[in-house]
Amino acid sequence: MNKLIVAPAPHAHSGDSVSKNMLLVIAALMPAYAVSLAAFGWGALITTLISIAACCLVEWLIAKFLLKQKPTLCDCSAILTGLLLAFNLPSNLPWWLVVIGAVVAIGIGKMTFGGLGQNPFNPALVGRVFLLIAYPVQMTSWPLPQGFAGRYVDAVTGATPLAAMKQIVKGNADLVSQLPDLKDALFGFMGGSLGEVSAIALLAGGIFLICMKVITWHIPVSILATIALFAWIATPEGFACSHEYILYTLLTGGIMLGAFFMATDYVTSPMTNWGKVIFGIGIGLIVMVIRTWGAYPEGMSFAILIMNATVPLLNKIRPKLFGEVVKK
Amino acid sequence: MNNAIKTFTNGILKENPTFGLVLGMCPTLATTTSALNGMSMGLATMFVLVCSNVVISLLKNVIPDKVRIPAFIVVIATFVSILQLLMQAYVPAIYATLGLFIPLIVVNCIVLGRAEAFACKNNVGLSAIDGLGMGLGFTLSLTVIGAIRELLGTGAIFGAHIYDGQYGALIFVLAPGAFICLGYIMALVQKLLKK
Repeated sequence: MNKLIVAPAPHAHSGDSVSKNMLLVIAALMPAYAVSLAAFGWGALITTLISIAACCLVEWLIAKFLLKQKPTLCDCSAILTGLLLAFNLPSNLPWWLVVIGAVVAIGIGKMTFGGLGQNPFNPALVGRVFLLIAYPVQMTSWPLPQGFAGRYVDAVTGATPLAAMKQIVKGNADLVSQLPDLKDALFGFMGGSLGEVSAIALLAGGIFLICMKVITWHIPVSILATIALFAWIATPEGFACSHEYILYTLLTGGIMLGAFFMATDYVTSPMTNWGKVIFGIGIGLIVMVIRTWGAYPEGMSFAILIMNATVPLLNKIRPKLFGEVVKK
Repeated sequence: MNNAIKTFTNGILKENPTFGLVLGMCPTLATTTSALNGMSMGLATMFVLVCSNVVISLLKNVIPDKVRIPAFIVVIATFVSILQLLMQAYVPAIYATLGLFIPLIVVNCIVLGRAEAFACKNNVGLSAIDGLGMGLGFTLSLTVIGAIRELLGTGAIFGAHIYDGQYGALIFVLAPGAFICLGYIMALVQKLLKK
């Protein structure tokens, strides 16, 4: 009988760990990355490698020399931050800007607050938004998809569909004909940030994450549903029907990447399911407000960062205790 | 004498208005877009601080306790008006850049704070020294923040180019950069002072 150990629940460990979840997210990003390589060639490869290397190096340096902690590279979170940061950058960005983005993402976005689990804002988005405000010219010159035939820095650039969408919303209905084919938008043959172009590959990765129970459906579904509803109500003139506008809105820009991979970051999203739904609705609304009335053509990164700030409030929604007596 | 030195250094280091007391954040964040702007704002505040400290210290026995805050404000506002007219006349370029923040010195927490916490309890000499120390501390911190923001944002300090401006990060000249710089410098100063 002395083998009976008395301890509080839980008794069984599911085998989940930070590094396992991070690796699953990285795996889920791979289809989208394959499309980016096909679309942007060398630029996509170089930008991603620099971003990941710089993120890991900065995290190691800060942990070792400033915080004097045991370096935490093994949990793969810096690799994921580097990959997500690269996904949010144009593929022809000069290398030193990628490094600055990585320093800001890990240094300001993550390690300043004490490392993984302490950061209130998504580090990769902190890096991206910093670059967008600091170097607006370089951050908004989008290379056109040319595959490995294109060059890294001197790539041919052009307007993204989002710029045309902005003009259409402003009442310039003729530009509808300049939008890419819906099929191209779905598979990713259009200008844009490195990893955001292929909606279908991102969707596949996101569904994989939901099936593997790495993320729940609440945040992505509430974001996409809010955006679709908003687009349905406020369809601008020029589109054949509102379904077309809803599809263009969902398939262009960073919405798929943001909804499945950025907004669902464990550290910076609410804990309860109701919290997640409110979080998602907030992101969807802010994105559409920025896209429709704001100065920027895209608002996904701003929307996620703004809603990140509300997470401590949303976490006040507590789950019901197990066995709690409900007052009648 | 010892007391005077202590009062003077107090404002620069231990009770530095920006990094120690965290007072006057509005001008600190808004006017430090360059080293020169930061320094001008600091010097302007120092002028008002010294003058109002002296006058309030002289009047401290005349002012009734119940209406002391309005009385302080009247004294401070007088000197701010003098300063505003002087700057408009002699340094119109800086006056145009700092704009609204010059009249806003009236409601600067440091000026009112030192009047309430120091000048109305101490003699004229010490009050003047306190105003000078606090003003210098404020000027120094604003110049440091301004210099760092100018260097990172445009590649120059006091307009002298250190590196090519196209590599400068525009964000440091804008509002978010002010918050980022202030936070990191404050953390650094606190760490150094704790030692």
